[in-house]
Amino acid sequence: MSSTPFPTGPIRSCRGRTVAVVGDDIDTDRIIPARFLKCVSFEGLAAGAFADDRAELAGRHPFDRPEHQGAVLLVVNRNFGCGSSREHAPQALMRWGIRAVIGESFSEIFFGNCLAMGIPCLGLGHDEAKALQAFVAAHPEQELELDLEALELRASGGEAGAAGGEAPFWTLQLAEGPHRMLVSGQWDGTGQLVAHDSELRTTAGRLPYLAGFPA
Amino acid sequence: MSAGTLYDKVWELHKVAQLPGGSTQLFIGLHLIHEVTSPQAFAALSDLGLGVRHPERTVATVDHIVPTTSQARPFADPLAEEMLSTLERNCSEHGITLHGLGSGRQGIVHVIAPELGLTQPGMTVACGDSHTSTHGAFGAIAFGIGTSQVRDVLASQSLAMNKLKVRRILVNGSLANGVAAKDLILHVIRVLGVKGGVGYAYEFAGPAIAALSMEERMTLCNMAIEGGARCGYVNPDTTTFAYLQGRPHAPCGEAWERAVAWWSSLTSGPEAVFDDEVLFDAGTIAPTVTWGITPGQGIGIDEMVPTPEQLDPEERPIAQEAYRYMDLQPGSPIAGVPVDVCFIGSCTNGRLSDLRAAAAVARGRQVAAGLKAFVVPGSEQVAAAAEAEGLDAIFRSAGFEWREPGCSMCLAMNPDRLEGRQISASSSNRNFKGRQGSASGRTLLMSPAMVAAAAIAGHVTDVRTLLDTPSTPSSR
Repeated sequence: MSSTPFPTGPIRSCRGRTVAVVGDDIDTDRIIPARFLKCVSFEGLAAGAFADDRAELAGRHPFDRPEHQGAVLLVVNRNFGCGSSREHAPQALMRWGIRAVIGESFSEIFFGNCLAMGIPCLGLGHDEAKALQAFVAAHPEQELELDLEALELRASGGEAGAAGGEAPFWTLQLAEGPHRMLVSGQWDGTGQLVAHDSELRTTAGRLPYLAGFPA
Repeated sequence: MSAGTLYDKVWELHKVAQLPGGSTQLFIGLHLIHEVTSPQAFAALSDLGLGVRHPERTVATVDHIVPTTSQARPFADPLAEEMLSTLERNCSEHGITLHGLGSGRQGIVHVIAPELGLTQPGMTVACGDSHTSTHGAFGAIAFGIGTSQVRDVLASQSLAMNKLKVRRILVNGSLANGVAAKDLILHVIRVLGVKGGVGYAYEFAGPAIAALSMEERMTLCNMAIEGGARCGYVNPDTTTFAYLQGRPHAPCGEAWERAVAWWSSLTSGPEAVFDDEVLFDAGTIAPTVTWGITPGQGIGIDEMVPTPEQLDPEERPIAQEAYRYMDLQPGSPIAGVPVDVCFIGSCTNGRLSDLRAAAAVARGRQVAAGLKAFVVPGSEQVAAAAEAEGLDAIFRSAGFEWREPGCSMCLAMNPDRLEGRQISASSSNRNFKGRQGSASGRTLLMSPAMVAAAAIAGHVTDVRTLLDTPSTPSSR
């Protein structure tokens, strides 16, 4: 389980082991089955991360394999986090230890939930994702370094670096808005929203349904 | 880039400010909450020392965790009881209306807001539930959010959002007899895929959509999210207005006329520009059933489970996973697959017209031996209306259980769930692995009438054969 502090302030880099979960369309029911949603707090959700998949694989799931314990980066494929809007899904991943998710594509709600928690969801192409997952499988103990400002992921030092040749390197994608929010520390936006008091009043003032459709 | 669509107009009207990160602060006209995704939001609000900005624009009910057999308090499950009592306390502290059990207005959040007239055209609607897209049936821009965003709406009545592209799903022709809105949306998702809608709002338009009732439009928009589209909508028309008129929260008197004029002004006009358009012919759609583990893995009732060769190469890995999990053979017919449990209900298909369609099949027939079949009305109002016209009696005498309102076995956060490898015929919206409460349980999604037909036959069957033949009390 996680010993790294939860995200706060600007998110500029992240370094550590990586875990890969392979497959398209992994929905949030699989990330955390509904029975774990019976709670009034997010604490304790780490145990629910991929609970049914892990039980099915009886210790062979990437989240249970010893070489992936302590991983902070998660590599996935297409449409990760589809289905239910439950924030419990990224909360469970974060509480297990994940600090950034790298994948071919994400469902919008999952992406937004992660952003609101300071967890970047970064894109990369199909072939690159497959190559990264293969690299993680071959070098599970290799630490990777995510440079969020430069949107780069690289293996530095360790066996892969020492093996000679170019250290593996991936370029990642993130839309400009979320990128700016994360690196500037403005991803936790409640304060910004609340501060726009007069703007909120102006908008409310032009919505006739709020006033019962006055003449 | 889209222009002049209902989505564009509603977006512009609700803009509050541009945020430093580049997203738009969007005013939320109606906020719906329930017991599962709100407790942590209220706790976070309290941690920030903030109150609820517009308690009158947030409405609560309880649906996910309620038992459907006995709803007496306290619940047998102490966690469920704690979730409901937390919701009650939060609503009471912040002055939020809660439509609780026994109020006459409780039910699945996406069933009660429309039936109370809370959901109206031109609104932005948010709720911590992905099936909030349902409310788009009224020409609202409605989308699911996470708990951090629930906190933001409570604090500011607004959200940081990025504008979606708009794809028009133009449906010509008309649905054949025995083919429901559920079949239409399952077909759309089958064709466009479960990720085809990511980044888009779906505008459903065309003659086949205009002909749908409001409840059918809700079924359609409800499952836009299963196609990846965070919101789906239908332009408001006379069907919309007729549904709304006279409902408790709908405008009345002279305000009604002004409301209709405003609502009508928001529709996508002939000059509207869409980012994309896809055409469908409703007349070619058959009753549709999912065979796999995503809502996009659907086929017509007279088709075979597709072979890998028939699928796009990118779809083959998940198809292989689905064959194994579902224990269905590629190339085998979906008709005739035996089922163990039949569930009629959910925010997709738990409304009065859904129950009528299922009851028309069940009337005078008997549920197959050894099969469990149950009907869960979507709300207390739906239950009362169904009972007033005797639908409960039809279901009971056919061997279905008639339950109390709630989300029930759609997601199994309550006592209703599959056991072991049971396979269900379900009128709900998700056939994900483990969705219905058993890690190895299997789900076949279909329309409520098709579920009723499966219950009678004991296996997946074409409901049209039951509609065409007179029923007898002994038929199986």
